[in-house]
Formats: sequence, C-alpha cells, structure tokens
Amino acid sequence: MNKQRLTGLIKKEFIQIIRDPSAIAIAFVMPVILLFIFGYGVSLDAHHVPVAIVVDQPTHESSEFIAGLNQSDYFTPQYFSSMSDAQQAVIAHQVNAILWLRDDFAKNLYQSKTAPISTLINGTDANNAHLIEGYLQGVWQVWLTQYATYHAKPFIIPVSTQSRIWFNPALRSRDYLVPGLIAVIMTLIGALLTALVVAREWERGTMEALMASPVSMSEILLGKLIPYFIMGMGGMLLSVALAVTLFHVPLRGSLFILLILSALFLLVALGMGLLISSIAKNQFVAGQIAIIVTFLPAFILSGFVFDIHSMPVPIQVITHIVAARYYVSILQTLFLAGDIWPILINNGIALLVMAIFFLGLTWRRSRKRLD
Amino acid sequence: MLLRIWALVIKEFLSLVRDKKSRFVLIGPPLIQLLVFGYASTFDLNHIPYAIFNEDVGFASRQLVARFEGAPSFEKAHVLTQEKEIGPIIDKQEVLMVIHIPIDFTKNLLNHQSASLQIIIDGRNSNTATLALNYANNIVLNFNQFWANTYQWGTTPSELIVRPWFNTNLLSRWFIVPGIVSLLTLVITLLVTGLSVAREREQGTFDQLLVTPFTPTEILIGKALPGLIIGALEGFLIVILAIYWFKVPFVGSIIALAIGLFLFLLAAIGIGLMISSLSLTQQQGLLGVFLFLVPSIILSGFATPIANMPLLVQKLTLINPMRYFLIIVRGVFLQGDRVIDLWPQFWPLALIALFTMTIATWLFRHRI
Amino acid sequence: MADIALHFNQVTKIFLKGKDHLTAIKQLSFSLKKGKVTGLLGPDGAGKSTLMRLAAQLLLPDEGTIQIVNQSNDTDSHTLSNSIGYMPQRFGLYEDLTVQENLNLYSDLHGLTDNERVNRQHELLKLTALGPFGGRRAGALSGGMKQKLGLACALLRAPQLLLLDEPTVGVDPIARRELWTIIQDLKKHHVTVLMSTAYFDEAEKCDDILLLHEGRLLEHKTPQQLIQRLHNRSFIVTHQTLTKRQLHESLRTREGIQDVRINTEGVRVLVDPQHIPIKNEQESWQPITSSFEDTFIDILGKNSIQHVTSANHSSPTDNNAIKDNHHTVIAVKNLNKLFGSFQAVKNITFSVRKGEIFGLLGANGAGKTTTFRMLCGLLPSSSGELFLDNIDMRHFSSEGRGRIGYVAQKFSLYGNLSCTQNLNFFAHAYGLKGDKKKERITWAINEFQLIDYLDMNTDNLPLGIKQRLALSCSLLHEPAILFLDEPTSGVDPIARREFWQRINLLAAQGVTILITTHYMDEAEYCDRLVLMSLGEILAQGTPAEIRAMTVTKEITHPTMEDAFIHLIESHEKDIRRAS
Repeated sequence: MNKQRLTGLIKKEFIQIIRDPSAIAIAFVMPVILLFIFGYGVSLDAHHVPVAIVVDQPTHESSEFIAGLNQSDYFTPQYFSSMSDAQQAVIAHQVNAILWLRDDFAKNLYQSKTAPISTLINGTDANNAHLIEGYLQGVWQVWLTQYATYHAKPFIIPVSTQSRIWFNPALRSRDYLVPGLIAVIMTLIGALLTALVVAREWERGTMEALMASPVSMSEILLGKLIPYFIMGMGGMLLSVALAVTLFHVPLRGSLFILLILSALFLLVALGMGLLISSIAKNQFVAGQIAIIVTFLPAFILSGFVFDIHSMPVPIQVITHIVAARYYVSILQTLFLAGDIWPILINNGIALLVMAIFFLGLTWRRSRKRLD
Repeated sequence: MLLRIWALVIKEFLSLVRDKKSRFVLIGPPLIQLLVFGYASTFDLNHIPYAIFNEDVGFASRQLVARFEGAPSFEKAHVLTQEKEIGPIIDKQEVLMVIHIPIDFTKNLLNHQSASLQIIIDGRNSNTATLALNYANNIVLNFNQFWANTYQWGTTPSELIVRPWFNTNLLSRWFIVPGIVSLLTLVITLLVTGLSVAREREQGTFDQLLVTPFTPTEILIGKALPGLIIGALEGFLIVILAIYWFKVPFVGSIIALAIGLFLFLLAAIGIGLMISSLSLTQQQGLLGVFLFLVPSIILSGFATPIANMPLLVQKLTLINPMRYFLIIVRGVFLQGDRVIDLWPQFWPLALIALFTMTIATWLFRHRI
Repeated sequence: MADIALHFNQVTKIFLKGKDHLTAIKQLSFSLKKGKVTGLLGPDGAGKSTLMRLAAQLLLPDEGTIQIVNQSNDTDSHTLSNSIGYMPQRFGLYEDLTVQENLNLYSDLHGLTDNERVNRQHELLKLTALGPFGGRRAGALSGGMKQKLGLACALLRAPQLLLLDEPTVGVDPIARRELWTIIQDLKKHHVTVLMSTAYFDEAEKCDDILLLHEGRLLEHKTPQQLIQRLHNRSFIVTHQTLTKRQLHESLRTREGIQDVRINTEGVRVLVDPQHIPIKNEQESWQPITSSFEDTFIDILGKNSIQHVTSANHSSPTDNNAIKDNHHTVIAVKNLNKLFGSFQAVKNITFSVRKGEIFGLLGANGAGKTTTFRMLCGLLPSSSGELFLDNIDMRHFSSEGRGRIGYVAQKFSLYGNLSCTQNLNFFAHAYGLKGDKKKERITWAINEFQLIDYLDMNTDNLPLGIKQRLALSCSLLHEPAILFLDEPTSGVDPIARREFWQRINLLAAQGVTILITTHYMDEAEYCDRLVLMSLGEILAQGTPAEIRAMTVTKEITHPTMEDAFIHLIESHEKDIRRAS
C-alpha cells in the first residue's frame, strides 16, 4: 500500500465525479428528488376523504351524526339525494365511500331498536378501504358515546379499548417512510454509481492503463471505495439533515450509532457495486444488474414500504439476503424508537457479515489481470 | 414508404431480440418485477405477531383471547406474565402489539360495568399499526355485540355495517397486480424507445440511417412502432397472468382497456423518444429513463393514493400519464368500467400523448 | 542474456469464448535486444494485442514463460511495472481530466517525488509539445495529441521497456512523424521499444520486425533482411498512353504478377519468382528495390488476398457516361461552417467530376470530417453552395439520398444483426424489392465473398470483412456517388489492398467516389485531391501536381507524405506568424 498512489487515485476520482453530470445526477439530484417526493408527496394517511352521504329523511339525529363526520379531519362529506346518484359518484371516483342513513334511522333510535348505518366503501384500493373503515368506526363510536350521554340513555359498552401507540403516536407515515428512504439513497450511491464508474474504466480502456502501472489491485479497489464511501456518507448526512429539519422526523437514537451502522451498510453496498462491475465490465449491463439486484430489492423487499411480516413465507426468507432489510430496521428503530440494543446489534452483525462477504469476494476476484 | 418503415421495424425487432442483453432487458426485469410486486408488495396483514398479557383469570378474558387467537391476521407469539416485559418485547420488534387485559376484566363485566382493555402497539410502521389497530377494534366490537346480546345489556342504539364494493375481500393484491400492468408497460416502452436512438448513435449507424432515403418522420415511426408493439404484447401478457395466475377478477370491457393501453403507450413512447433524442449515449438514455420513471411511478397512485398527497403535488400528477392509465386498468379489472365510464381518463391521456409525440417529433427533427 | 530486454519462451495463450477455445498465441518464442526498436506486424486477429498484454503482465500465459529485463516471471509485479511503460490501444487516458491532471495522476501512480515530477513533466511536455494545452481536457484533444499524452503518461518513470499497442491508428502523418522523433530520442537513452503498427513505412524504420500470423511468429528479422528475399522481383511499370489506373487494371489480372499497386512514379509490380510475366509493348519495366510492404504481401498475401475478378456492377452509368468525363457531379462553392464562433470550415471551393476518385486529406481537426458530413447532408452548411448531381443540398430530399452511397467511419453496421439481415435492411431502406432485391443481394454476396459469413453477427466479424459488408451495403442500390469516410483506418494491409481494387473498378464503371484517408500512400490512388488544414484548402489537384508543389533542393522526389507535412507545416507557420 502506497500513500501517494492512493491519494493520486482518490484525487482523480473526485475530479471525475465533479465533471461527470451523470454521477452528480445519481449522487445528488436523485436523493433530493426522492426525499422531496417521499417527504411531501407520498403518504399513506388519508385526509379529507370524500364520502357521499345519502339521508333518506333528514332529522336532528342524522345531522348530529353528519356533524361528527364534518368535524373529523379525515372526511369531506358530500350530499347526494339518492343511492343511485351516490353510486354513480363512486364509479366516477368522485367519492370513496357512501354512508346511507335510511328513513327509519331516527325512528329506530327512538324506539331503542338498533338503527343501522349502511356503509359502502370502494374496495379497489384495499389498503385505503381498510383505513377509511377504521376512521369511520372511530367517528361512529365517538358519536355513539355522545348520543348515549346526551339522551341519558344508559348505554354501556362492555369492553372499551384504550390503545397506546408507541414511537409514532400520530401515526404519520412520513416518519417511517423518510428514514427508510435513506437506505434506498445509499444503495443508489454505493451500488449503482460505483458499479457504473468501475465499468466505465473497463469500457474506456483506462483500467488497462492503470493495471500496467505499479498500482496494486488493493490500491485500485481502495481508490474506488474511499471516494464513494465519502460520497455515500455525505448523501446519508444530507438525507438525515433534511429528514430532521425539513420533514420533522424525530431522531431519538444517537447520531453516532447511526453513523457507524450507516458506514457498515455503505460498505455492503459498495461491495456489491464493486462485485457487479467486476462481473459486468460494461456500463449498460452493470447499470441493469445494479438496478435489479440492489435498487429494486432495497425498495420493495426491505420493509421500507411493505411490511415484511405480511409477505408470503418464501419471500420473507428471500428478504434475509437483502442488506437493506437490516438497515431499514436499524433506521426505523434509531429514528423513531431510540437506541434499542438488541435490534441494533443483531442487524449490525448481519450487515458486518454481508460487508465482509461482499468485500472479501470482490477482493478475491480482483486480480491484476485482464482475463 | 410503407416498405421502408416495415424494414426499420423488422431491423429494430431483430436487434432487440438477437442481442442477449436486450433480450434480458425485455424479459428479465418484467418477470422479476411481476413476481416480486405480485407477491411481496402487499398491505394486507397476515400473521402479525402479538403478545397477550392477561392478568385476569376469569372466563370473559379467555373468551376474548380466543377471538384473537382465531383471527388469521394475528399470530400469538408470546404470553407475558409481568408488565415490565411489555417494553422490551415491543422494542425488539418481537411483537407488533401487546394486548393487556387487566385483573378486574371479568369482574367488571359481570357487574354490568364497562371493562377496559389496553392495546399497546408499535407505531414505527404507521400503516401496519393503523391496520392492526383496526383489526383489533373489529374483534373487540364483535365481542361487545356478543356480550351485550348474551347478557341482555340492551341493544346498541346504532350499528355500522360496512360493505366493501368491487374488491369485496379487500385484498391489496387485487389492487397492486393490475397496477403492475401499467408499471411494466411503462418501463418496457421507455427502455425500448429511450435507448434506441442513443444505441444507434453509439454504434454510428444513426448517420448511416440519415444518408439513406429515410425521412425523419419515417425513422420516428420506425422507432415508435416496436415500442408500441412490444408494450402492447407485454401489457396483454401481464393482464393474462394477472387473471389466470394471480386470479384477479376481470369484469370490465376489454375494448376500454385496449383504448387506454394504446393511448398510454403513445404517451410513453413520446416521452421515450424525447429522452432518446436528447441523450447521446446509452448511459445517458438509461439515466434519463430512470430519472423519469421513479417520480412518475411514485406519483401515480400505484402504491399510495393520490388523494393523500398535498394539493400542489396532486395538481402535478395531472400531467402523469400513468395516473390515468392506473385508473383505467383498475376500473376495468375490478369495477367493470366500460368505455363510456372511462371517458374522463381517455381525453387527458390522449392530450398528453399528442403533446409528447409532438415534442418528440420536433426534437427529433431538430437534434439530428 | 545481458543484452536481452524481453524474452518469450514457448508462450501459448488460450481464451475461452463460450464453449470454444480460442488460441490467440501459439508457442511463441523470441527475444528483444536491449535498446532496439522492434515493430510488431500482422493482419487483424494475428494476436498482436494479446502479445502486448502478455508482455505488460496484464495476461498470464497458459504455457511457457515470459522474462523481462532479467527478472523472472514470478517476481513482484510492482518493481516490474516500474520498468515497463505500456500504452494501450485507446491510450488509457481519463477523458474528463485535463492534460495536467492526467500527468499528475500517473506521476502519483508511478511514485514520482515532487522534484522528479516537476522536472520530468516539464521535459515530457516539451518533448510532446503539449505545454500550451495543460488545462485542456484529454477528451477535447485531437487524436494525435491524445496519442502523445498517452505516450507521455507511459514515459513518466523513464521505463526500460516501452510497449506501444497500435499507437498510430487514426492519427495523421504529422503526429506520426512526431511520435517517431520521440521514439528515436528514447533509443538514445537505451530504451527498448516494442510497437505494433499497421504502417509499413513505420515498420521499415524499426531495427527489428516481428511478423505475426494467427498467433504464430512467421519472421523475426531486420527489415533489410526481409526485403532482400525479394531480390529483383519488384518493378515500376509505366505506359505511354494508358493512365495509371488503366494500367493497374491490365496488370492486375496478368499471369505471374503477385501484386500491383499505384504509387508516385507509376504502377508498382511484384513478380512471382516462378512465372515471368509477359511485358506488353508500350510498357516500360524498371527494376527497383523492394519495399517492406512487398515482403508483407509476399509472406502473408499468397493465399489470403481475395482477387476481385468479377466486375459486373451493373452500374447506372453506362458506356456513354464514361465518355462524358467532364460532367461535374459534386460542386462546392464558398462553403462555410460555423460552430458557435468557431469556424470549422472556411470558404472552401472544389468540384468533382463523374467517375473520379476524389480524396479529402488533412490532419486531425482540419475540418475534413465536417466538410464530409455537409456533403452527405448530415450537417447543414452555414453558408455557401453545395450541389450534388445538380441538386441543391439545401433541398436534398429522400429521393436525392437514394442516389448516394455512404460508408461511415468504423463501418457502422447493426452489430447484432447477421450479414444477411444487414443486407436485407439496407436493400429495403433503399426501396429495393422483389426480384431486384434478390438479384442485388446475390450480387453483393458473390462480389464481396460474404458467403461464409452470412449468419454471423456483424460484431463478431473481422474488421476486413466488416469493411467489405459495409461497402456492399452502400452499393446495393447502385449509387452514382459513393462517400467513404476513412474506410481503411485500422484495417490490415491485405484488406486495404483488396478494398482499393474494388474502388478502382467502381470508378472505372463511372461511379464518383469521394474518400477521406489518413494513409498517404492511398492518396496516390486518387485522381484528384484537396489538402485541408484548419478549415481551409491548402492545395488542390492531381497527386503529381501536389507533390510538384513541394519540390525543393533537398527533396527532389517528395512522397505524398512529405508533401502533406511540408504544406501543412508551412501553412500553420504562416498562421502563427500572422497572429
């Protein structure tokens, strides 16, 4: 290992990064776009869901119930005179659900019979339908208790549930999407960008010239690892800063631990990137492979958006070889829960093993030869 | 002229099919994505691990616990005996939720008093937490009705009857898989058209094309047609897989789907050709495709509803062709939409297609 | 062994390509003497690059040993690579780094101290005359400058063994001459040089020649020794009435003549030692000393040259057209091209007559490619007139393009389509159909001897075959005008020979041909040519006229290359003086 040769290589790499628009696009533009889209655009929390209200016979009771809906932040009621009109509105995607208070709604209430509220939810988007159903039940239960107290009708609910939501009491989906995104961004820089730049050296014949010089293979590898490690950590810090300041995601764990574990994940991503480029010595193929084996899994199989528990068992097994899975778990814990050692240590060990595996394999495969 | 365009199309197909790499691009990613998305991307809860901390020895608590145990969405992972176990077990993500039944649960119920039940839930993944809480609430609601009826507590003044429409079992796979039709046709079309001109530029064959009697319009059509044909074939292949492999119901009009697919492909091809005429190398083309794809998929309503986005972003999605096609595909699959129902989706899509094709033609003529 | 710099002992190198074993080098043994310049010659696919990479320790031999500067094969590669300078085919430069940054990088890699670095870089910048361009990006340099920078990077650590892989491909004669001066200078410092080349005049200047064919060493001798074997077999033939090209045609098919080519004085002929050819009346045969090219053809060409025999290009221009020799086909008047504020082409005027071979010559960056692209309609001109067959290029239509044929640099074919598919595509592109299409494709396959390659992907074809296929594709529609952009660059001498035979035939049939080339010996094949520099036309006329312009007391019989260098250097000097 020779310091002068290594610094020479690192300097070269940085000049290239600054001058190459595609490197800047992957390393800086993409992360910012992703963060903004996810921070501002993507949300699983429904607000102001348009619902159709069909009231056959407006009464005091029905308007009380509707007032409850109006007060809720979740719904924007729209009134329809008949069920068929409302159904048309569902088909035209103007409303997501219909609430139907039949003409005997008030009568049943007076006679202490059960007065049904029929709800029809557009189930096309099943997840959204579930959420709407939950919100509706909440509104309904509040109204029910108020009604019972107001009318002095002794009505006691047998079991009342008190739920305590830990870590994210407001249940803001942004708080778990934005930290998870950091894993995707670091995969982009670590694996995709690195795979592309090494493949470019092969393609343009500069690798051949490097190899003919006194540089050792480990110097070439380190000369790639160090600059992109710095870039990746920079991207990570940028994302963390944006997450905390712009999107107000709490960081409950320690920044120091976050840095160390991120460094570990970055080594895995870099290892994969270097390995890909040593297999595919052209940019086009390397880019394709990197997207398929690193980017897509980091997006879908990491638990970043879709919960791993809910996947079929064979796919759950597959997620164990996705490095991002461990890192997403670390990120969501560090941001929302704090330094919970058992999780951090287990996932950290998994990352360490993967880092050693990928870097070791890359190192073993790289010989200072062209064939 | 027809003969010349035909020759271009044949050539384009041959160079896609004969090359190992391009063949892989056409077959590999769509298949992988279909499988991964089809199986892995689900919002439905299955086997959510939970723990029971039951301090009550009475029969009422056992009946409630039995209801949780019988629910397919939940899987009992632990039985706790001490309150202090709750914290660590949630911290470590061993369970998502702890159901805490206090010591006086049965006693209160038998005394005709309201009994309390505590649910502690891990909110790290807010979507999962919300859904799990809904499921748990439903179980408690059913228990309440059962208890009120059995022990004559009187009827509830009102009841909420929820009936999902179209996707009656609320399977999120029925929602996601039709979405993949639009996702994959977009990806394929962009890859086929977005890299085609750049590839010829790199190989130097583009100059060769330009000195032959081809007019720019002919070349443009020759580049657009393969994208249209491959996109349409692949689109319908995925539709068939969705119906017969993933068993998603298909109740709407196939003609409406065909019209939608055609307009969507035109819009996508226009974008692909725009990227293509702007990029000098295949790498730039790939990057351009990538930079366009990611935001347009995320802001299409594919995984998260557009209605949840801020108003400004919602307005932005109006220029995203995938937004319209997603509604068309899902409408045709699940809602039984006919051509007339989808008219509000067709015309904006047609407008976008016209716009992108015009820009692509303009760029094509001016960049060569 | 004391005076040996590089020693190959029974070296074999096999590549795996899918299931096939490809033997690139077969039991090769040779030694290079210290301080000598050795040229490596051979047709495409002979294994030249593999040999270079083996010598640079970038590939390991499957059998045999390679020894470098008295160190055995298995020593530490660090110390070894310090004594080797290696320049790969594309010079190994980082295109987005500046000249200075490239030099700094390689100084670091070679472990130069700060003092050494300043002195050595200064020395090399002076040697290569790259000093003024230190801040320019390597990607923006001309081919010749890239080559010099690549060389400078390989020379930073003053290597004892310098390996240059085709350093002169795509580089103009001035840059080649400069490179040669640098190599001569290195020789004084006892550096051993091994360079592969496609230029015979370069090879002739080497101390030693390695002739490689299909991975085997055919000859390892000095150029003089190689030339001697052809004693009394080379002649210059002139004819009282026939033009050089007509004479070339009549000699080409004559019994007992192994090789024919046109040069400055007349038609050069290589005679078969067994058959004495018949000498016609009006012909004068003068014996001359053989050149190295003759040797190469003699050793390699016996079986591999495909003699172009059939000439049934059913040309659109029939006999009466040939009579009408003064009809102007291409007319260029006051043509200009501006890229922003940079004037790439300055006010050029020339015309080309029917059936002429017209050459466009110039150094790298002289504006010939820009001119060429404007002529084919690929670039619009900024101002000036451009007529092709009396059609104004500004209104050049699809039908107009149907009258021209075009072979791009690097033979742009669809790489993953087979030969047949390429032929079919271009036939359709030019609107050929039915029987006519079948007839033309059959003609192309026979005429260009493509039958063995029909189902192969064009990417996998040897360069010479690619060139044939590209030419055949551009001729399918029997164009009246043929544009050829550096059609022989990188192609081995035998394929080049064949190529010119075909071009001569086409011209004889009345096809007008416009060609750019870097090979000055090829300029002799042209009827007329223009010489360009910095966007201007320096000289225009027949090869003889251009040579005559540069006759001086010292050089009484300048070659085309001498003329080229003389004209361009004096022109550039004038400009420098003016500014």
